[in-house]
Amino acid sequence: MQPSQKEARRTPGWMGIHRGHKARPLEWLAEKFIFLVSLSTILMVFLIFVFVAREALPVFFGQTDTALVSAVIPPNEMDKHSPAELQKYLELTPEQFKAMDHDTLKSLMDVKVEAQDDIPEEFRTSRDARINTTEWRYLLLPHQWDDYKKPEYIWQPVGQIKKFNIIPLLVGTLKITLIGLLFAVPLAVGAAIYVSQLARPQVREIAKPTIELLSGIPSVVVGFFALLVLATVLQKIFGYETRLNAFVAGIALGFAVIPIIFSIAEDALTSVPRAYTQAALALGASRWQTAWQIVLPAALPGVFAATVLGFGRAIGETMIVLMVCSASVMSWSIFDSARSITTTIAAEMAEAVNGGPHYRILFMLGALLFAATFISNMIGDFVIHRFKNKLEGKR
Amino acid sequence: MKQIIKSLGLAVVAAGISASAFAGNITVKGSDTLVILAQKWAEVYMGQHSDVKIQVTGGGSGIGFAALQSQTTDLCDASRKAKPAEIANCIKAFGKRPTEYKVALDGLSVYVNPENTLKELTEDQVGAIFTGKITNWKDVGGPDAPITVYSRENSSGTYEFFKEHVLKGQDFAASAQTMPGTAAIVQAVIKDKNGIGYGGAAYGGGSKLLAIKKDNAAPAVEPTEDNVENGSYPIWRYLYVYVNPALDKDEVAAYLNWIRSDDGQKYVKDIGYYPLPKNLRSN
Repeated sequence: MQPSQKEARRTPGWMGIHRGHKARPLEWLAEKFIFLVSLSTILMVFLIFVFVAREALPVFFGQTDTALVSAVIPPNEMDKHSPAELQKYLELTPEQFKAMDHDTLKSLMDVKVEAQDDIPEEFRTSRDARINTTEWRYLLLPHQWDDYKKPEYIWQPVGQIKKFNIIPLLVGTLKITLIGLLFAVPLAVGAAIYVSQLARPQVREIAKPTIELLSGIPSVVVGFFALLVLATVLQKIFGYETRLNAFVAGIALGFAVIPIIFSIAEDALTSVPRAYTQAALALGASRWQTAWQIVLPAALPGVFAATVLGFGRAIGETMIVLMVCSASVMSWSIFDSARSITTTIAAEMAEAVNGGPHYRILFMLGALLFAATFISNMIGDFVIHRFKNKLEGKR
Repeated sequence: MKQIIKSLGLAVVAAGISASAFAGNITVKGSDTLVILAQKWAEVYMGQHSDVKIQVTGGGSGIGFAALQSQTTDLCDASRKAKPAEIANCIKAFGKRPTEYKVALDGLSVYVNPENTLKELTEDQVGAIFTGKITNWKDVGGPDAPITVYSRENSSGTYEFFKEHVLKGQDFAASAQTMPGTAAIVQAVIKDKNGIGYGGAAYGGGSKLLAIKKDNAAPAVEPTEDNVENGSYPIWRYLYVYVNPALDKDEVAAYLNWIRSDDGQKYVKDIGYYPLPKNLRSN
């Protein structure tokens, strides 16, 4: 057989693996095993997404109802109502309803009555008592609740009237993330330029692993450091009133994001072809001019991708923000407290009634976060690939 | 090879049988407020009954109820009463209401900085401070300084109790700083001379505990042990254990009985809560 013919017959086999020779049984087994493992990760991501979406869907379809006062059917009148009515009233699936005997249904109805009896008198007459607070207008728009002087964005999910406005959480998340990025990006990119272009090899040998070591620090340790040391130091410097605020959280978050941005940006800067640098230096440019005017522009897509991936990490970070600040204040001031989406989910999920409105809304926030990180990671990935192709001259 | 697989299979089956045959296995899950006390009880009880094994985990009252309803736990610790939705979930899952046992008392005190000259507040004033209606100490007879309010996460049973009973259901001030635990509130209040916080009386070391008046005419009551136990201190709550009535027999019933006996209640004080009044105990 001619080599060229052999080449032609070497088509990508199943799963894209070239089979130029007879696979040995053990190799075949290992191959299948690795395939299964990688398949299971993809499956896992998919299942998580399905789970989150399934728990959150009732909010999107408006199937949750938090109206405090609702009409009750007295348990002794239950025979007057049709089974279909009772099933809807008790929020049961047809299977559940069929499986229940008369006494069980009656005790469920008793619980409904008790729930209404438990409501304190001042709330029974409140005009907020009859509204479903999980409707989109209450989730997104300000509303003038009883006891408040003007329409406000309020996140107070526990209590008689449950207020689920998610705007303070969105604002808090963005505020903290942006402060974190504003702090981390210049530092990380600066460090990357220095390490990849300007530093002597001996310095580079030490600086690079040290910065990357930062990513090995557990975020709870960073949070603890920020809570005890950073918050006090920053308050002394800036003299603001609230000790724990979005600014402190943002700076602490920066520490978690710096190693990510640094290592991707450094990779991008290093992979700019040597010829560019050599040409610039040969033409008489200084090392600083070369780094700033030749290498950085060539690596810009990579640096941008690093920033986007850093954003994904920052928006999803929980522990640091949880420890440093968590009052859901609706304010754009960076020296006010803030509460991020992740913090809210982590702190409140434990006490939310399983399957209740609060639980559903937390899952809805989770889905939102999932979408945000997914999109930012996708943009980052896309830009990296484009950048690679461009440098390799493929366009 | 076949032999090995066979014996392995047998071993797995045997392990399964022995695990289920080990009847004296009680799992307890729920409130973080109760978890230390529940662990103490479990330790002492296991010391007295070597055939019983008790596993205690925290997570929160809500987690406890979710586990009770999915029948992955025998007992559910709760620092609040079960909500109607949770009772309904239990009925849907196992056809009966969970049985409720009161297991201890918890007195909540209001902490301020030791330098604060204030000694007492009425319940209404406490409510007004935490809802943000009063924002300066001079309005309640203190120095002219802004009040910094420290509160708990809204997942805490303490938060919910305080909101329902002291704030009368109104919202906490949005500017209230949420702290991850009672100890964190105490630390913050000790560091901040304008701070005010709330939490279990036993945690208040280093801060000043305010005496509380039910209303303007009533006498101010210190959150001492006697005052909480005889009910004259106004801010207190029960701590609960919930159980699926179908499981409330044999070891589980014996354990619950012991918790609420004089012997079990002895340990409540060590953890910083208050024992049940005599008439609520099991013997």
